[in-house]
Amino acid sequence: MSSETIALSTVGRDARPIGERLHDWVVTVDHKRLGILYIVYALVFLVIGGIEAIIMRIQLVVPHNHFVSPQVFNRMFTMHGTTMIFFVAMPMLFGFATYLIPLMIGARDMAFPRLNAFSFWMTAFGGVLLYFSFIGGNGLYGAGNAPDVGWFAYAPLTARAFSPGHSTDFWTLALLTSGVGSIGTAVNFITTILSMRCPGMTLRKMPLLVWLNLIVGGMVILAVSPLTAAQIMLSIDRYLGGHFFDTQAGGSAVLWMHFFWIFGHPEVYILIVPAFAFASEIIPVFSRKPIFGYPVMVAATIAIGFISFSVWAHHMFTVGMSSNGTTFFTITTMIIAVPTGIKIFNWIGTMWGGKIQFKAPMLFCIGFLFQFLIAGLTGIMLGASPFDWQLGNSYFVIAHFHYVIVGGILFTIFGAFYYWFPKMSGRMYNETLAKWHFWLFLIGFHLTFDFMHIPGILGMPRRIYTYEPGRGWEIWNLIVTVGVFFQTAGVLAFVANLLWSLWKGEPAGNDPWDAWTLEWSTSSPPPDYNFAATPVVHSRRPLWDLKHPEDPDWKYE
Amino acid sequence: MIAGGLLAAPLCCGAPTDPSQIPSIFKPQSTPANSIFHLSLLVLAITGIIFTVVFSLLVYAVAKFRKRGNDDGREPAQVYGSNQVELAWTVIPILIVLVLFLATARVIRSIQDAPKPAGAIEVIAIGHQFWWEFRYPALGVVTANELHVPVSNPSNPTPTFLTLLSVDTDHSFWVPRLAGKTDLIPNRVNHTWIDPQETGLYLGQCAQYCGTQHAKMLLRVYVDSPEEFSRWVQEQRNPAVNDDAVAEGRRIFETTACVNCHAISGTIADGHFGPDLTHLMSRDTIASGAAPNNHENLRAWIQNPDSIKPGSLMPAMQLSAHDLDALTGYLVTLR
Amino acid sequence: MSSATFTRTTAEPEWVLPSRGRVGMFSLIAAESAIFTIFVVAYIFYIGKSVSGPTPTDVLELPIFSTICLLSSSLTIHLAVRALRQAKVGAFGLWWFVTMTLGAIFLVSTGREWHHLIYDKGLTVSTNLFGTTYYSLVGLHAFHVTVGLLAIALAMIFTLLGKVKPEHSERAEVFSLYWHFVDVVWVIVFTVVYVIGR
Repeated sequence: MSSETIALSTVGRDARPIGERLHDWVVTVDHKRLGILYIVYALVFLVIGGIEAIIMRIQLVVPHNHFVSPQVFNRMFTMHGTTMIFFVAMPMLFGFATYLIPLMIGARDMAFPRLNAFSFWMTAFGGVLLYFSFIGGNGLYGAGNAPDVGWFAYAPLTARAFSPGHSTDFWTLALLTSGVGSIGTAVNFITTILSMRCPGMTLRKMPLLVWLNLIVGGMVILAVSPLTAAQIMLSIDRYLGGHFFDTQAGGSAVLWMHFFWIFGHPEVYILIVPAFAFASEIIPVFSRKPIFGYPVMVAATIAIGFISFSVWAHHMFTVGMSSNGTTFFTITTMIIAVPTGIKIFNWIGTMWGGKIQFKAPMLFCIGFLFQFLIAGLTGIMLGASPFDWQLGNSYFVIAHFHYVIVGGILFTIFGAFYYWFPKMSGRMYNETLAKWHFWLFLIGFHLTFDFMHIPGILGMPRRIYTYEPGRGWEIWNLIVTVGVFFQTAGVLAFVANLLWSLWKGEPAGNDPWDAWTLEWSTSSPPPDYNFAATPVVHSRRPLWDLKHPEDPDWKYE
Repeated sequence: MIAGGLLAAPLCCGAPTDPSQIPSIFKPQSTPANSIFHLSLLVLAITGIIFTVVFSLLVYAVAKFRKRGNDDGREPAQVYGSNQVELAWTVIPILIVLVLFLATARVIRSIQDAPKPAGAIEVIAIGHQFWWEFRYPALGVVTANELHVPVSNPSNPTPTFLTLLSVDTDHSFWVPRLAGKTDLIPNRVNHTWIDPQETGLYLGQCAQYCGTQHAKMLLRVYVDSPEEFSRWVQEQRNPAVNDDAVAEGRRIFETTACVNCHAISGTIADGHFGPDLTHLMSRDTIASGAAPNNHENLRAWIQNPDSIKPGSLMPAMQLSAHDLDALTGYLVTLR
Repeated sequence: MSSATFTRTTAEPEWVLPSRGRVGMFSLIAAESAIFTIFVVAYIFYIGKSVSGPTPTDVLELPIFSTICLLSSSLTIHLAVRALRQAKVGAFGLWWFVTMTLGAIFLVSTGREWHHLIYDKGLTVSTNLFGTTYYSLVGLHAFHVTVGLLAIALAMIFTLLGKVKPEHSERAEVFSLYWHFVDVVWVIVFTVVYVIGR
């Protein structure tokens, strides 16, 4: 590996006029550039969604606060949830996968590069539509604004009668648009992974990140479509006088819930499985061992993929299902804990007997393991349906899912940023600043989300713009709000690190981590064509085989 | 961490909080809440053990297998997996899930399929944006926002069985110390029940986002002794107080838009969009718990509901100061 | 610049992977199936639940002729693709044209059925639950037929211009997968709406 002689000519030295360079980015079909576009887009919306959260937490820091009106608060929680799921988490995770999959399988690009670009721009346009609602949501009577119906938009609150103006329609349109983008991306993932692997890379020899994104692709295909269908039905109700969810005409509010959660539950697994993928690439490299139990990891994730389509009504335990229905969804919800737990054990097994290096990517993955364990356990509590009759729709649930999404997914995303930033930019980030990011964010995360469980236990429901004093909720809300400022400081350190390193970071070379998958065999950043010659592989860790010809993996796999 | 927080909660600083007014799910006072509480102890015990074991393994791994300063630079033994270990940590979780599930299934049935005894009080709870309508069909009582039920003696139970309906969007009935929450969904009939075993006031609120003022759709459940309950029922069945001293206020009420939304028995007012006001002054709060029920708040509410509950569906009545005073004077006689 | 060198040992088995077009189309069909499933579920759920207005038995007649046309078009498109694979471009163009005609007949027939339902029977999407679910489900299917027909028409134009060659047979086959999917969906919609629901 001649890392010392890699020229930095491709890093920020492009001397053409700025207009031409920007034009290249707009018309690109290169998976690497599209991946970066997704990631930067998601980062911008992370900041916007974070501001929405800060507004809510300031409003809730004391009871009967008047920081914002109830109308504004209700828009904030709707926009925060919708933004974070559809315009931060999904694009961020898809962005990394778009960047990495072709590199990891030794391919030149995705199967359908133009579809790739189309998918990105559809997703991007969806975000613009959603935020345009702030100024465009006014319908007749100036009644509209940003959507305020909650990110799951339960019927019949979304009917014309209860949501006049166009705010709900912007929600619908934004998600329909980005949904088309998601399905396009999923088609690309599946086709690329099945049809474009380099010689020797059988399905059993793919990196886990590739396997897990194949499963995610399958889940997106089957899960996003029900949401699309439900939104078409909602629009037919709102504009053509349809009655799908019109309870006055015999329609069913619960039907919307079923359709939404048939999407909504697999959706959260669509978010966590790529996080599992990051952890499964980072933890081995920084423990200096292969992933423990590769076949079991694949099987467990396939099981999670399937089972996730059978648990959806655990979001509906309080709607008055029969005891048979409640019992069925309780057992499926509890069963999904088994393959999930197996994966945690396998990651610990990977670290066991290794030589752990506490660089930033690994720190964030260790945080992920600890937090995902707790999140899984609070999930089991919620899965015990009678317990959910108390905890459901309360701040306990908000604490649980933020534990998964922030403590689990966002932590591994930070880890992935630090791990692959050298590859994508050709420069190393600043390790000290990264450690500041980690500790500040860790403290803030735990201040906010550990203590957030308690108001839920004490009876505080979700989606309330204020609360009554004297119920014992005040101190916990105060602590929760304080944590937000630590998290903000951590994120600022992160952004500063990225920007500074892009300009001033040390040259990274091909393989700064001494890793084992194909993306580390090419330059940092990779050339347009990825590989000068199509690689041929014989094991799951082709670079390990090259670096250890006396002890290659294919002897043991 | 959560357990520690809960222990610290009663000791914590801030405005003095009456402990009985904390609607904690861990202070059940009724059979459904109690069954859930006991199940939760089992769940917490099991998850606590799992957490301790796995967390210890994780801490041990991080501490023991970290790269040392005097590292020789060689890679550690490359272990790919172990079938026995995988089997063990598959089978054990399955057994744990089985135990949890069986315990849970029993509680589901005991709460959802509980038979209604002969002495049960029947209440129909109807959710509105943003208030609660309570009807006792067998007792001939119609009221709003503040639910009165008799205390239930386990040897001769008089639980309250509620039928849950909604006229507009989804709502949810949640009084944590008495039962888990159950939703009120339009075009659907749901049921729940409570059998509180100690008298007192129990707080709750709507737990399913229903629109702008979801946050102030509060619940107050008054568990009365049998005698208090009978007295309350009697008072609620009486027609409205008709005091001639406030005849002008009554006239204003009956000739403005009030009658479109509100009902007062014994008058021409028979509207159902808003709460029944026949015994308005028998309630401690107005606007579904948003403000204490007194002359000043009542006047402010009628003048401009948005000043107390911005976004509620009652319009500001645009009355002159004189009419407003007369009307308020009338309403405060409706005990 | 790729600096890794990987040796290709001799006698490697031939490396064959599924074709991109086929995998992509199957993935798309899976997604579309999921959308249709939700509309079918809604239709079945609401059978008999309309509170007023015409019922399926009152107004629906079996669309036998248009069904035969649509299902036959699956056969004709298969014949077209086979002809193209055998380098018989003329035969391809003929069968392709027949497919297009059959698809158009189906759409016209649906349009006439809807005209009759709206103007003679008073059933619209806002009449009742039956109206809403019927027009949505049948309409979603008709929309997919329309998109397919536009693609077929486009290919027809290319054929008439002499641009279609035997090496395009794989693309034609991938498209025909979509057309077969549309027909299978019609079988299901027909069964649910005109047989079970009536």
